[in-house]
Amino acid sequence: MSYVGQSIERIEDLRLLRGRGRYVDDLHRDAMLHAAILRSPLAHGLLKKIRVEKAKAMPGVRAVYTAEDVAPGNSKVPAIPVRLMPVDQLLPFEQPVIARTKVRYVGEPMAIVVADTQAQAEDALDAIELDIEPLPAVSDRQSSEKNASLLIEEAGTNIPITYTATKGDALSVRAPYVRRERLITNRHSAVCLEPRGLLATWDGAKTKLTVEGAAKVPFQSRRVISKNMDLPEDCIDMIEGDTGGGFGVRGEFHPEDFLIPWTARKLGRSVKWVEDRRENLLAANHSRDIEAELEIACEKDGTVLALRGKLWVDMGAYARANGTMVPRNCAQMLSGPYRVPNLHIQSTMFLSNKTPVGTYRGPGRFEADFFRERMFDLAARDLGIDPVEFRRKNLARKDEFPFPLATLDLPEKKEELDSGDYQIALERCLKEFGWEEKKKLQGKLVEGRYHGIALSCFIEGGAAGPRESARMLLDPDGGVSVFVGGTSIGQGLETVMLQIAADALGLPMEKLRIFHGSTTYLKEGFGSFHSRSTVMSGTAVLLAAKELKEEIAKRTGRKVDALRDVDLKSLAPISIESTFHNHRHTYASGACAAHVAVDPRTGDVRLVDYVTVEDVGKIVNPLLANGQIVGAVVQGLGGALLEHFQYDENGQFLTGSLADYLLPTSTDFPSVRAFVLEDAPSPINPLGTKGAGEGGIVSVAGVVANAVAAALAPLGAVPRALPLSPPRVWQMIQDARTAA
Amino acid sequence: MKIKFELNGKAVEAEVPARTHLADCLRHHLMQTGTHVGCEHGVCGACTVIVDGEAVRSCLMLAAQAEGAKVTTVEGLSREDDLTPLQKSFRKHHALQCGFCTPGMLTTAHALLSEEPDASKERIREVLSGNICRCTGYMNIIEAVYEARSAYRGGAKK
Repeated sequence: MSYVGQSIERIEDLRLLRGRGRYVDDLHRDAMLHAAILRSPLAHGLLKKIRVEKAKAMPGVRAVYTAEDVAPGNSKVPAIPVRLMPVDQLLPFEQPVIARTKVRYVGEPMAIVVADTQAQAEDALDAIELDIEPLPAVSDRQSSEKNASLLIEEAGTNIPITYTATKGDALSVRAPYVRRERLITNRHSAVCLEPRGLLATWDGAKTKLTVEGAAKVPFQSRRVISKNMDLPEDCIDMIEGDTGGGFGVRGEFHPEDFLIPWTARKLGRSVKWVEDRRENLLAANHSRDIEAELEIACEKDGTVLALRGKLWVDMGAYARANGTMVPRNCAQMLSGPYRVPNLHIQSTMFLSNKTPVGTYRGPGRFEADFFRERMFDLAARDLGIDPVEFRRKNLARKDEFPFPLATLDLPEKKEELDSGDYQIALERCLKEFGWEEKKKLQGKLVEGRYHGIALSCFIEGGAAGPRESARMLLDPDGGVSVFVGGTSIGQGLETVMLQIAADALGLPMEKLRIFHGSTTYLKEGFGSFHSRSTVMSGTAVLLAAKELKEEIAKRTGRKVDALRDVDLKSLAPISIESTFHNHRHTYASGACAAHVAVDPRTGDVRLVDYVTVEDVGKIVNPLLANGQIVGAVVQGLGGALLEHFQYDENGQFLTGSLADYLLPTSTDFPSVRAFVLEDAPSPINPLGTKGAGEGGIVSVAGVVANAVAAALAPLGAVPRALPLSPPRVWQMIQDARTAA
Repeated sequence: MKIKFELNGKAVEAEVPARTHLADCLRHHLMQTGTHVGCEHGVCGACTVIVDGEAVRSCLMLAAQAEGAKVTTVEGLSREDDLTPLQKSFRKHHALQCGFCTPGMLTTAHALLSEEPDASKERIREVLSGNICRCTGYMNIIEAVYEARSAYRGGAKK
């Protein structure tokens, strides 16, 4: 039997459906203490004094720590290193794990209270006395660029870096049609349903630090803890349990990832910390906060000649671990799946007194697709070209792969699309959506709502290198344990890895066990991000299976095809570790279409239908691939229509609960349909598969905004900023009426 | 303070501070960690348990208020040997990814189908709109609950 390609029901579900998952807050240790973190109530200020005496005297309190304890005297407070694309320019902007002399955003850690119970720790937070001298808050691009109020004085500027993405010679392109627009995407983020948490245990007798609650990149987090706590890496175990959603945010290094292990070591105990929802909204990486000023240049027939312009990315108060990917991706991926021969984009990071930014599912790409697809629709409308025809004309063609994208600087990074047959997904999308029929409704007012439809095309990068490992252990019972460096964030990693392993070994899945994520299983691992695990861990599993079979053939002196024909018990134990090296990326691709109905009296946007078609190269599990895509679409609909982290002009955070920050619910978007294709296998891995965890979200804002634009075209309203919430859409309509 | 109630068919008692909410009592005093806490302000629904037949948010109810009540959690809706029809339907339809919202989805769906085994898809959507799922986009959850309806007809409650 072949497992790959089948809708195998998940093995994870057997525990998760019965309340037997093991999330970090489910863990209890003997004599465990609880931590709570005091966070800055002000966006910007000089931290003159923290008085902790009263808090220390509170019932159950074991310790209160501040920056002075973490870094006594003149020693430097450890900073969170930039993990992806680090360059020297960013060093002054890295975040210290705890504020010492200055606070730079509401939510920045200032002190840690450790007590016998969580409630006691939280009670004691209120007894800490603060003396903060307020400074003018930098809350937007204009005030940041002025450099009048500097976040980091030593750096002398609020502008850490400007990246440039270049292809061809966009600046000298002259064209018969040119249009310039200013477009804005809204600050929002993952908001995983399980709040972040850690349980750190220090065992002095064994010189061992155990950190449970690790996610995403445990080996990387171990490196950072090791360096900053002056503790060899093999004295630290990062343990991954069940994880309540990741989406790029959970597991990336945050201040607490240092503070909690440090506290456990200091006290020689187990210390647990679990954030509450307000802390999660306030302190976990934000994303998507970009303003664009772009110009599109076309021939009269709609052939795109150039995209050029500037992006300004609000990074919040610091350059955090993977924040670089937001401005970089947005610039480099701006052309998406299209043959844009000339591109010149300058992408500038600026600081503000807001929560620092990191990656969130489809980082930079969600924003890029909103910008590009809006520009394309505006151009098509101006030129009198059908918006579908406009895209057909400009898509990269099947015989053009590998297809080069723009090249980035700082550091230089070239990029190319590996394979694709983009027209197939586009035509399939039109068919499944019923484009020709729905087109009749375009701009029509039906029962009080204006209807609009739109289509857009997208790419999704995956398979980040440089390598990934897998180990296979032939057990005495004749089963095989499979250990992978990929981490599970709810995506079905366990099932997918065992499908690949079972086929490669020629054993039933029931004979296999899966272990992942923790640093105890492998010498090295890279984790799960950039839609990499099915490709990277999956291929490592494939290679390990091949080597295990070769080893068994050698020992038995017989050719081995499927292990089900071999007496495995007599051969155990055998351990094999293999590594897949890869420096290229996979690019899944697709097309999506949206149908909206807008109430002009209230600005309410109702999603009538949404279809997305994505080619993932090779489908390992159709049920799970579909689940990833539909889930990503709905998450993207939240970002396009509902979700918005808002601040006032003083940098005060206004959206600290799920009543203020709106997540999609089951009644919001009842019709989302996904179709998964495998027409263009990736040439860069033996399975032919492509990363598929993010494609669904990439083009959501672009296509929905274009559908709203089409619906409101009769009123002359033009969407330029997200989210398309009722107040914004209503205002847009009023503005158009005033202008008319 | 000491409180006594029936949890998943068994009499239990717990010694908790008066301010303890039911979710914390279940999770950290009675060590039944299947019930999850996602927001602690009654919006996300992850902590939903069934109290005397009604689906309630255990983060908005004090443990003291459960005195004498019959409380059912996801552990009480589960069997040792096999998945229940509702759980099987969730698995078949891939109605969970990270699994964190799942206990609340199951308890809410169970309470609904126990009362309304003929609930329409629209009704299921409406009732589950108080439970946030960040992974699935809900489509598969609605399908799963809809298909599980037959197991609730004719008085069979699981």
